[in-house]
Amino acid sequence: MPTERKKPEFWKMMKNFWQTTNWESNLKVPLAAIGFGLLVGGVFVLTIGKNPIDVYLAIWKAMFGSPRAFLDVIGQATPLVFTGLAVAFAFRTGMFNIGAEGQFTMGMLVAGIAGIKLHWLPGPVLMVVCLAAGTLAGGLWAAIPGWLKAKRGVHEVINSIMMNYIALYVTNTLVLSAWLRDPGYQATYEVPRKALIRNFMGTTANWGITLAVVAVIVVYFLLWRTKLGYEIRATGHNPHAAQYAGINVPKRLLGAFVVSGLLAGLGGAVQTLGVKRRVFQLFGFTGVGLDGIAVSLIGRNHPVGVALAALLYGTLYRASASIQLSTGVPKQVVGIIQACIIFFIAADEIVRYLLKRAARKGESA
Amino acid sequence: MSTPVPFVEMRGIVKRFPGVVANDNIDLDIHRGEIHALLGENGAGKSTLMNILYGLYKPDAGEIRIDGQVVHFSGPNMAIRHGIGMVHQHFMLVEPFTVAENIILGNEPRQGMKLDRRQAIAKVEELSKKYNLHVDPHARIADISVGMQQRVEILKALYRGAELLILDEPTAVLTPQEADELIVTMRQLVAAGKSIIFISHKLKEVLRSCDKVTVIRRGKKITTLPTAGASMNELAALMVGRDVQLTVSKTPATPGDPVLKVENLQALNNRGLPALRDVSFTVRAGEIVGIAGVEGNGQTELVECISGLRSATSGRIEVNGQQVANLPPRQVQEAGVAHIPQDRQKHGLVLDFTVAENIIMRKYFQPPFCQGLFIHQRVTDEYADKLVAKYDVRTPSVQTLARSLSGGNQQKVIVAREIEQNPDLLIAAQPTRGLDVGAIEFIHNQLLQQRDAGKAILLVSLELDEIMALADRILVMYEGQIVGELSDAEATEEKIGLLMVGEQRKGGDTVAN
Ligand SMILES: Nc1ncnc2c1ncn2[C@@H]1O[C@H](COP(=O)(O)OP(=O)(O)OP(=O)(O)O)[C@@H](O)[C@H]1O
Ligand SMILES: [Mg+2]
Repeated sequence: MPTERKKPEFWKMMKNFWQTTNWESNLKVPLAAIGFGLLVGGVFVLTIGKNPIDVYLAIWKAMFGSPRAFLDVIGQATPLVFTGLAVAFAFRTGMFNIGAEGQFTMGMLVAGIAGIKLHWLPGPVLMVVCLAAGTLAGGLWAAIPGWLKAKRGVHEVINSIMMNYIALYVTNTLVLSAWLRDPGYQATYEVPRKALIRNFMGTTANWGITLAVVAVIVVYFLLWRTKLGYEIRATGHNPHAAQYAGINVPKRLLGAFVVSGLLAGLGGAVQTLGVKRRVFQLFGFTGVGLDGIAVSLIGRNHPVGVALAALLYGTLYRASASIQLSTGVPKQVVGIIQACIIFFIAADEIVRYLLKRAARKGESA
Repeated sequence: MSTPVPFVEMRGIVKRFPGVVANDNIDLDIHRGEIHALLGENGAGKSTLMNILYGLYKPDAGEIRIDGQVVHFSGPNMAIRHGIGMVHQHFMLVEPFTVAENIILGNEPRQGMKLDRRQAIAKVEELSKKYNLHVDPHARIADISVGMQQRVEILKALYRGAELLILDEPTAVLTPQEADELIVTMRQLVAAGKSIIFISHKLKEVLRSCDKVTVIRRGKKITTLPTAGASMNELAALMVGRDVQLTVSKTPATPGDPVLKVENLQALNNRGLPALRDVSFTVRAGEIVGIAGVEGNGQTELVECISGLRSATSGRIEVNGQQVANLPPRQVQEAGVAHIPQDRQKHGLVLDFTVAENIIMRKYFQPPFCQGLFIHQRVTDEYADKLVAKYDVRTPSVQTLARSLSGGNQQKVIVAREIEQNPDLLIAAQPTRGLDVGAIEFIHNQLLQQRDAGKAILLVSLELDEIMALADRILVMYEGQIVGELSDAEATEEKIGLLMVGEQRKGGDTVAN
C-alpha cells in the first residue's frame, strides 16, 4: 500500500521542483555564459593566429574522442566534485571557504600516512580507515578558521588562506622526512595495493566517482530536506532572521565550515587512494581546491550544478594537456577560456542582457 | 475648457508573474501639479505598476506616453531622463556613504577627473533649502533616522531632475509627525509644478493630501475619482470589494494573572548608549498593553530584550514566573513568547526561503514538521496552505519565494506564523505596518480574540490610532523611560501626544522620578 501513496507524491514533488526552479538563472544563463566564454576565448585564439575551431574540436575530443578520454575527464572531475561541493556548502551559510585547497591537501596527506603506517590492517578496513582519516583531517583543518570565524568574528578568508600555506609546507616537510620518504623518490612510500581504490582501464577514473555521486546526493538532501540544512540556509541568507528563529548562528557557522572541510578532505583521500598512490612533494598548490571555487561558482552553489561544472572543468583540464600537441596552440589558451567562462558566470547581468538583445533581434527579424 | 494632455499616460498595462497577473490592462493618467493616490489591497499590483513606470520591469503589454509621446523604457536611467523619479517601499541607499554622496551618486559634479565635493555639498544644500527637505549632507546613511533617509531618497530623485515623483508607501516607515512633514513637503513640490504619485494604505492621509485617487483591485483598475467628496468608507469598500469596519469594536478586558513582568530593566542601544533606563511594567493575561512613543525612545530595545535578541545590562524579565532576561531566543520562545518583529525584512523573514519555509520558522525543529533529522515536506506544505488561506496571504503557492510577495503579504506571513504559535505572551511590534484596511481589520480582530482567549499582548506601535483602538492600558515611552500610564478610558490623543514628547511626566510631575 505504501507504494500506492508514494507515486502521486513523487510526481507532485517533481512537478513542484519543475515549477519552482528558476530555469532562467539556473540553466539558461550558466549555459549561455559557457557559450560566451568559449566564443570570447576563441577570439583570443584568433589573435595569436590560430584557428579557434581546432581548439573547440580538441575540447570536444578531450571529452568524447575515445572511451579512455572520457574516463580521463571523469577522473579529472572527481576531485573537483568534492572541493566544489565543499565551497558550495560553506557558501550556503554565507561563508567563503577558500581553504578547500588546504583541506584537500591535508586529506591527501593524512590518507597516505594512514595507508603507509597502518599497512598491517586488512585491505578493505585499511581503505576505509584511510578515507576516514583523510576526511577528518580536512574537517579539522577547516575547524580552525571556522572556530575563529564563529567565536571571534575573524574573517574566514584570511585564515583559510594561511591554512592553505601551512598545509602545503606541512605536507612537504613530512613527505621528505625519513619517516615517510621513499628513498629515490620525491614522495612517500606507496600506499599498500590492497587499500587502493580500483581505477577504470588504467585511467585516472576510479571507483571514487561513486563516493562523489553519493556526496552530491547527500549534500542535496542535507541542505534541502533536513533540519540542519534549514538552519544552514537560513543562517546564510539572513543571520538576523536565523537568530530570531532561535538558531544558534555561531554554532551553525562552525558546523557548516567543518562539513565543508570534511568534503574537501574526503576528496583528497580519494585522490591519494584512487590516482596518486603516494603523496608527492608539492611545488605549489594542487589547484584542485582553488578550482573548486570556480566549479562552485559555475554550478551556482547547487550540488547538481557542481557535478556538471566539475565535468566541464575536467574536460578543460584534459583538453589543456592535449591541445598543444594536437593543434600547436599553447595550453594556456585553455586557462583563458576558463577565465572567460568564469567572467561571464560572475557577470551574469551581462549574459542576461546579451540574451535579451538576442531575443529582441529574433522578434524583430 | 479643454483638458490638457496628461504628463504621463499609461495605457493597457499588463504584467504577469509566474502564477499571477499583477497588472491586468491598467490605464492611468497623471497631470502636472497633481498628487495622485494609488490605492489597493496588498498584492493588488501597485508597486508593480510603478516599477513599470520607473523602467524596472518591462510590461507584457501596453504603452507609456509622456507629454503625448510614446516612450519605451529600457531601465530606470531612461525613466529618470524623462523626469520620472521613484522612492521605493524598501530604500535603496548606500549605507556607508554620506548623504551628499548618495544624492549625487551616478551624476557627480566633477572637476576634471575628480569628484568636486564642495560643489556637491553646495548643490545638495541648495536643493534641500529650496524644497524644505532638511538633511545633513555630511552624515552617513547608517547613522540617520528613517525619516531623513527618506528625504535623501526624495532629494536624490529631485537632483536628477524628477518632474514626477513616485512615493511607494512613504509613510509606512514614518512617525506620524514625520508623515505630517512629508505631506507639507509634497504640497510644496506640487506648488512648484511637480507631480506626485502617492501610495498609501492610510485612507485618512490619502483624503487629506491627494487630489485624485485611482483604486486597483486584484490587478484591475476599478476607478479614478477626485478625493474631494470621497469618504474613507467609500474608498475602503472600493479597494476591498466589500464593506470594511474601519473601527474595531471591543469589549472591556478582564485581566487575570500577570504573564509578563519587567522590573528595573536597563539596556544599551547599538551604539553602546543607554537605551532603557529602569523600565518596569506588567502585562496580565487577557489584556492588551500598548506602548506609545516617538520612534527611537527605547521601544525597539525593549522588545528585543524581552524576545531574547538583545542582552539586558540589569533588571529582570519574567514570563509566567520564569526569568527570561538574557536567555537565547529559542528558550524565550519555549517560555511562551511569540514576537512579530518591527522590521519584517531584517528579522521577520528569510526572503530567499519559500513562504512555507518561512511559515514554519518557529516550528521547524518540532514534530510533526521535523521527524528525526528530516523536515517533513507534506506536513509543512499542508500547514502553510492552511495559514495562507486563513490569513488571506496572496501568493501563487506556498512554494513561492517570500521575496516575490508584495510588502503587505510578507507582513501577513509573519503575523500568521506568530499568532498561530498560540503563545501566552504575544509581542506585536508594528503588526499592521504596510497592511491594507481589510487586512488590518482582520489582524485587529485576531489580536482581540487572542486577548479574549486569555493571552497577554504587548502592542508596540507608532500609530496612535492603532494603540488607542486596541490597547486596554497605554504606556508612553520617552528617552528610555516609561513616562506615563493611561487607561483606555482616559486616553486622548492630546494626552498621549504630550507625554510622547516629554512635556509632562508621570502624575503631572515635571521632574523625572
Ligand atoms: N518580482 C516578482 N516576482 C514574482 N511575483 C511578483 C513579483 N513582484 C510582485 N509579484 C506579485 O505580483 C502581485 C502584485 O504585487 P505588488 O508588489 O505590485 O503589490 P502591491 O499592490 O504593491 O501590494 P502591497 O500593498 O502589499 O505592497 C503579488 O501577487 C506579488 O506576489
Ligand atoms: Mg507594494
